[in-house]
Amino acid sequence: MATRDASTLRPASVTARGWGWRHGGRRTPAVHDLDLDIRPGERVLLLGASGAGKSTLLHGIAGVLGGDDEGESVGELLVDGLPASASHGRSGLVLQDPDAQVVMARVGDDVAFGLENLGVAREEIWPRVRRALAAVALDLPLDHATAALSGGERQRLALAGVLAMRPGMILLDEPTANLDPAGVREVRDAVARVAHEEGATLVIIEHRVSVWLPVVDRIIVLGAGGGLLADGRPAEVLGSRAVELRAAGVWLPDEVPWYAPPPAVESGHPLLEAAALDVARVQGSPVLRGVDARVDAGRILAVTGPNGVGKSTLALTLAGLLRPDGGRLEPSAALAAGLLGEPWRWRSRDLLTRIGTVFQSPEHQFLTGSVRAELEVGPRALKLAPEERRARVDELLTALRLDGLAEANPFTLSGGEKRRLSVATAIAAKPRMLVLDEPTFGQDATTWRELGRLIVGLRDDGVGVVAVTHDEPFVEAVADHRLELGTRPNAPGVEQPDAATASTVGVHAAGVARDRGVEQRGPR
Amino acid sequence: MSIAAVRPDLPLATVNPVAKVAATVPLSIVLVLTLDAVSATVAIACELVLFTIVGFGSLLWSPRTLPVWIAAPLTGLTMVLYGAPSGAVLWEFGIIHVTEGSVQIGLATMARVIAIALPAVVLFLTVDPTDLADGLAQTLRLPARFVLGALAALRLIGASIDDWRTLSLARRARGVGDHGVIRRGLGQAFALLVLAIRRGSTLATAMEARGFGAPGERTWARTAHFGRREWIVIAVGCLVAAASATAAIMTGSWNVIWA
Repeated sequence: MATRDASTLRPASVTARGWGWRHGGRRTPAVHDLDLDIRPGERVLLLGASGAGKSTLLHGIAGVLGGDDEGESVGELLVDGLPASASHGRSGLVLQDPDAQVVMARVGDDVAFGLENLGVAREEIWPRVRRALAAVALDLPLDHATAALSGGERQRLALAGVLAMRPGMILLDEPTANLDPAGVREVRDAVARVAHEEGATLVIIEHRVSVWLPVVDRIIVLGAGGGLLADGRPAEVLGSRAVELRAAGVWLPDEVPWYAPPPAVESGHPLLEAAALDVARVQGSPVLRGVDARVDAGRILAVTGPNGVGKSTLALTLAGLLRPDGGRLEPSAALAAGLLGEPWRWRSRDLLTRIGTVFQSPEHQFLTGSVRAELEVGPRALKLAPEERRARVDELLTALRLDGLAEANPFTLSGGEKRRLSVATAIAAKPRMLVLDEPTFGQDATTWRELGRLIVGLRDDGVGVVAVTHDEPFVEAVADHRLELGTRPNAPGVEQPDAATASTVGVHAAGVARDRGVEQRGPR
Repeated sequence: MSIAAVRPDLPLATVNPVAKVAATVPLSIVLVLTLDAVSATVAIACELVLFTIVGFGSLLWSPRTLPVWIAAPLTGLTMVLYGAPSGAVLWEFGIIHVTEGSVQIGLATMARVIAIALPAVVLFLTVDPTDLADGLAQTLRLPARFVLGALAALRLIGASIDDWRTLSLARRARGVGDHGVIRRGLGQAFALLVLAIRRGSTLATAMEARGFGAPGERTWARTAHFGRREWIVIAVGCLVAAASATAAIMTGSWNVIWA
């Protein structure tokens, strides 16, 4: 492949004429009958309900859908007038998962990877690598280990890897869905700067419109039944098509999909109390120290804080899955129901009816080949009678709108369906307490609302809920209390933690803005 | 979690990995050909001296080489207990015949395992996977697709280790953590495989999107040097092999394995 001229960047165009794509093994096409023109240099936000084929279209433009063995294509999809599958290097794609797209072990090598593939001469590679890293403001030595980067840094690295190739078009598939708020801003600002300076065509998929509104100049909405639902300038589309967009699960700017009613005043007895708790993935090297927290029945506790502060580790410890590295974790009699000791000592089966856990990635907790069997795992382990088991599973299938999918393989579900199923598997055993790790991560507004309703429903049944999250709308609209992990404020009279851990260790809990009158817990 | 930790502080870290692998080959051939204690003992002595001179002294006795020091005597012991009996019988129990011959074979085997494994382990600690890939593709001209695919897969091992931990916790949370080790382990291994395939296919898409596998000549951002230092390393490897073979032949203990 010829090396393109280094000095000028020619923005790419996209043309679709009656284009459609059906994945191999699926009956219905992911995209069909699409007519679309994207002019060179346009900055497009691509919206649509989950399952409308946004990712398929983006992968199609990037030319990575694969050949005839992976699916069936109809119509035309052209980049600069040539078939997209034959235009390698004209577009660069950044995917959602920050962990899955780092290719090399060192930062510089990773950015150079695409240039090597394009056959760029060595003496030209390194200047382009440095320029791309500067463009995304990733100010690190070239031999910095990619394994040591945060999620936001990894996404910017992926963007730099794409930029260095000087594509005429940058394609971003939910680039910020897995990031904390600081990471979201980092990546958004890097993309905005790059789009401004390089002038490349930009196509972004993202549920949360407000993040990208300052960057884009056109919004295209794919219809669930094929074709386009709306297309135009952002203000026009958002103004005139708000109802359809909301129905398609799009997060409109400054809108929270749903607010929870306050919990009943009289409930709220404690279930689990942590005092000076140290938590660790590996015993002996705690990631977070001295946490004080209390989980109450019939209340939702949101645990927030920056990436890497130890939120997930704390959640797994509260859930009785990891052994505390120090301090105390005391279940109340209502939670222990006859068992002695801290939750990590309980048997797996005993844990089921006491503390349920929903993992950050649903794939980690799926055990069987069908949705129904997945829901039966807990009730079976509890040795419930078959009628009782069936009744519980059927009830959950209906309540979570999974009844049409009872025989489907859990791994083939959409992101939102997987999330609903993973919550359902935990509540099938009717636990008294539920721990959720990022329940609303990367979900569209429709799934978000369903999950919110589901969690609040459990709360009103008296379940104590702990949710690790960096979703501010969730904290604001659904949670009852907030435990914020992060740098401890330097309050007078408070003993300083040791210097080595001071930046991440301090813990303070503050009531949420609309705290519903329950005790606040100050810094230790 | 990464197993691909870069150790640029170690001696020989900047030598082309292909040379380091090549340097161990002649000695391995010699030690596979003959079954005697002299050749292997001479080789171990040379290795210890050489590694200490180059600056691996502390590494030789660190936990990283511990497996060698444990595995070698165990291999020797099995030969003592079950090796072909010859000479005076020292001890007998069921099918176990400890004879003068089997003790000799046991000692020789132990020495050979140390002599072959020690340089492999020590030298490999100085090999950065990226450098190895560069060496394999540029020096040995192996296909780039294969080498870079393997390199990317190696990076996923770290992710799989984290997955395994999370899977164990998830099983406990699902109420099936009380099953026996074997039943749990099998199910978990299958789940790990599924996750690894999914991760691998995402990475493959990301690589393809960056032009991996595109037609046309690929260039290399890093040069794999192969010069004087590389040839010296290989020459030293040949010398050690020659020394141990010579010592064995001169003392008359050279004992070709099929003779």
